[in-house]
Amino acid sequence: MLTFAAPKDMNLKVLQFLYDEESLSFRFMTDLQAVHYPDRIGEELCVVYHLHNLRDNVRIRFKVYTDVQAPDVFSTTALFAAANFMERETYDFFGVNFVGHPNLIRVLNVDEMDYFPLRKEFPLEDQTRVDKDDEMFGR
Amino acid sequence: MATSFEKVVSLARKNSIWPLPFATSCCGIEFMATMASHYDLARFGSERVGFSPRQCDLLMVMGTIAKKMGPVVRQVYLQMAEPRWVMAVGACASSGGIFDTYSVLQGIDQVIPVDVYVPGCPPRPEAIIDGILKIQDLVHAEGLRRRNSDQYKELLAGYGIQ
Repeated sequence: MLTFAAPKDMNLKVLQFLYDEESLSFRFMTDLQAVHYPDRIGEELCVVYHLHNLRDNVRIRFKVYTDVQAPDVFSTTALFAAANFMERETYDFFGVNFVGHPNLIRVLNVDEMDYFPLRKEFPLEDQTRVDKDDEMFGR
Repeated sequence: MATSFEKVVSLARKNSIWPLPFATSCCGIEFMATMASHYDLARFGSERVGFSPRQCDLLMVMGTIAKKMGPVVRQVYLQMAEPRWVMAVGACASSGGIFDTYSVLQGIDQVIPVDVYVPGCPPRPEAIIDGILKIQDLVHAEGLRRRNSDQYKELLAGYGIQ
């Protein structure tokens, strides 16, 4: 599948072009999520858009990278209504701040959660347990 | 026949436990097998599965309880009338099981008191029946008014329940 990246402040322009251009017409957003690359300094968070041209049955993947210290990416909810919940989920798990999103709050995790669990610096296991110690469970 | 009123009530209670199934995953499927004709939970007076917490005596939590589901389990428990008992069926309900992760409650005893834990992943119907029998022993042995004992009040206070 064709994959390409663009600067993060260009994401709306690129998506709008892919949507409007008659020969491209990628008008269906199938998926949106993020990836955390802790080693790539300055571009730790990658937001991935999966687009589909339903007429010609062609798929494409578009990525933007952002600094984890300022994870602001423009929201695509104005262009794709489907992006609403997917951006909320991406915010929930990776903390990507989608600028312009109408309701950017947690959707799957508990509201009291105070971190973004899929960022690599957080271990998968529940850290609040006291009965599962490292010796017995090989953490 | 000479006996005490307390013994009669205990006997009646233990042989007419109405379970409230709180089934979230595969342990619930095992419970369905336990209820059905082959294992036949009705033999122990528990064939009447109620789906209203107001009517039931035994909360059976079967399956993974996500942290987001925790307050729901607690709410269901609070809605049950005394006397009430709780059974944690399977590894997930008892300890979180294999789901040692940020989103899963590591055992329902973090939110409500549990009387009997049934091990297994999932437990076989025989194990669930064994758990029911353990609950029956509890119901039979404890007095008429467990809820008035200091120990019980202290336990509930430990969970922040009046």
